[in-house]
Amino acid sequence: MFEIFGYPSTQLFGQLLLGLINGSFYALLSLGLAVIFGMLNIINFSHGAQYMMGAFVAFLLLQHLNIGYWPALIIVPIVVGLTGVVIEKCFLRWLYKLDHLYGLLLTFGIALVIEGVFRNYFGSSGLPYRVPESLQGGQNLGFMFLPNYRAWVIVFSLVVCLATWFVIERTKLGSNLRAATENPTLVRAFGINVPRMITLTYGFGVGLAALAGVMAAPIYNVSPQMGSDLIIVVFAVVVIGGMGSIMGAILTGFGLGVIEGLTKVFFPEASNTVIFVIMVIVLLIRPAGLFGRTA
Amino acid sequence: MRETTDILKASKRATVTVSEALAFAIMIAAVVIAPLFVYPVFLMKALCFALFACAFNLLIGYVGLLSFGHALFFGWASYVAAHAAKVWGLTPELAVLVGTAVASALGFVSGALAIRRQGIYFAMITLALSQMMYFFALQAKFTGGEDGIQAVPRGQLFGVVDLSDQTAMYIFVVVLFVAAFLLIYRIIHSPFGEVLKAIRENETRAISLGYKTDRYKLIAFVLSATLAGLAGSTKAIVFQLASLTDVHWSMSGEVVLMTLVGGLGTVFGPVVGAFVIVAMQTYLAEFGQWVTVIQGAIFIACVLLFRRGIVGEIAQVLRIRL
Repeated sequence: MFEIFGYPSTQLFGQLLLGLINGSFYALLSLGLAVIFGMLNIINFSHGAQYMMGAFVAFLLLQHLNIGYWPALIIVPIVVGLTGVVIEKCFLRWLYKLDHLYGLLLTFGIALVIEGVFRNYFGSSGLPYRVPESLQGGQNLGFMFLPNYRAWVIVFSLVVCLATWFVIERTKLGSNLRAATENPTLVRAFGINVPRMITLTYGFGVGLAALAGVMAAPIYNVSPQMGSDLIIVVFAVVVIGGMGSIMGAILTGFGLGVIEGLTKVFFPEASNTVIFVIMVIVLLIRPAGLFGRTA
Repeated sequence: MRETTDILKASKRATVTVSEALAFAIMIAAVVIAPLFVYPVFLMKALCFALFACAFNLLIGYVGLLSFGHALFFGWASYVAAHAAKVWGLTPELAVLVGTAVASALGFVSGALAIRRQGIYFAMITLALSQMMYFFALQAKFTGGEDGIQAVPRGQLFGVVDLSDQTAMYIFVVVLFVAAFLLIYRIIHSPFGEVLKAIRENETRAISLGYKTDRYKLIAFVLSATLAGLAGSTKAIVFQLASLTDVHWSMSGEVVLMTLVGGLGTVFGPVVGAFVIVAMQTYLAEFGQWVTVIQGAIFIACVLLFRRGIVGEIAQVLRIRL
């Protein structure tokens, strides 16, 4: 063991790792928000609740159907994504012609309903979800101990983020999507079913949130309020990064996670607020956000 | 377009309409008679929230800015007022004044930051700022953390009137509420208020007409924060308590709900909305967590079906201005 700036290396790297983990959740969630906002012009306030739903569905699958982590990683995003499709079909589609703010208010209401229902059935205390057997244990890297599961979360969320970036920025489907964001009427004239695309985009964004929820379940306890505090931090991340760029959302997410982790080592009292403070600084220096285009 | 012409009409008849005067008279009569039938504590709570919602409505209803962080001003003002009354031993009117002044200052700082971005970002910034101040409240020594500031003395108003007497307290709250209500009415019907509405309808156009819209938005934000602070300080004195609940984001959500239920951009809507929501919370308290679910459902119903809110729908049906 050695020391860096007077702090033991294990502590420093341990917090750095935690920061990267938090950062991967920030990245996944702000990515989903950005994708949804790009297509629907709605800030999805229920994103945190849908992340929580992801964790709970994984928990329930294991508890009642004995379906483990790996199948859950595929089943949960689909199931929760489908609830997103229902929400879009029943509620959100009526709001596209109105002010953006109504979308925020509606999804806030949805978040309250989801959270309230889960709290009624599961209480406020956290429920444990065990790490899958194949990822238990860890590696001793000499300067720190790296639990396998945490390494997996970082790598996998990076892969998911980059895959999403690739699909949106480099494929035919993505270019249709981006075109529909710019000018939906024109894209419809080319015979592309834009309303269906919007529905699926929302489902996909919600699925991403649920996927993050499944990955979070073994690290944090599964609890009804796990999403609401997180989503406010993610909003700050989105303000810092700006929603114009997919890569920007990913980089900002991971970067802020690391900064938050380091703050826990050097100035623990500020670890809760550091992201908000950075938001204030960014607003003063670059009001449009780091990667944002001016509205 | 239609709304713009409505506003032009409204500005032509800037004098008090008969319907407004009548509604105001009914409201005053209700406030005077109500203590005979309903618990004064319930009424005082509802009046504090009505004032809070009116302050919030000044921003969303007349400038079109959705703040999702108004608990920041409400909660911090209540902490400061409670601290001033309990630790510094100030008389209640001074404690309320100090709390309100702090809310004003906080409003200036956070408003100056938030108006740097528009629309949806504005809501997210205000929410993030209020969450930041929530963590400060959680960690600061003087707020008492999870316990809050308890057993705040109601004290002697101007050193003379004992506010532990329920009637005196009630009159104090009513006077503050009515004064603030009339002030808000005056603001939205002043030339300044007309500019605010112009910004709501078409900000670019207001800019091209030579208005420094950022300055107007900031002043409106500070006014709204100040009045929200007045509501929070008063609540701290009435309930002799300042706690984390008042700075939490769910409080910001509640004031949005009250205003939405009553009617965005109506003068009387927030008052009606506040009474409806506070009554609902009081009488449905036994259902515990289901209250949150019901609130969420009301949000959804309001946004999809009754965007004008209770008072807005009534005004629409009767073709009057309320």
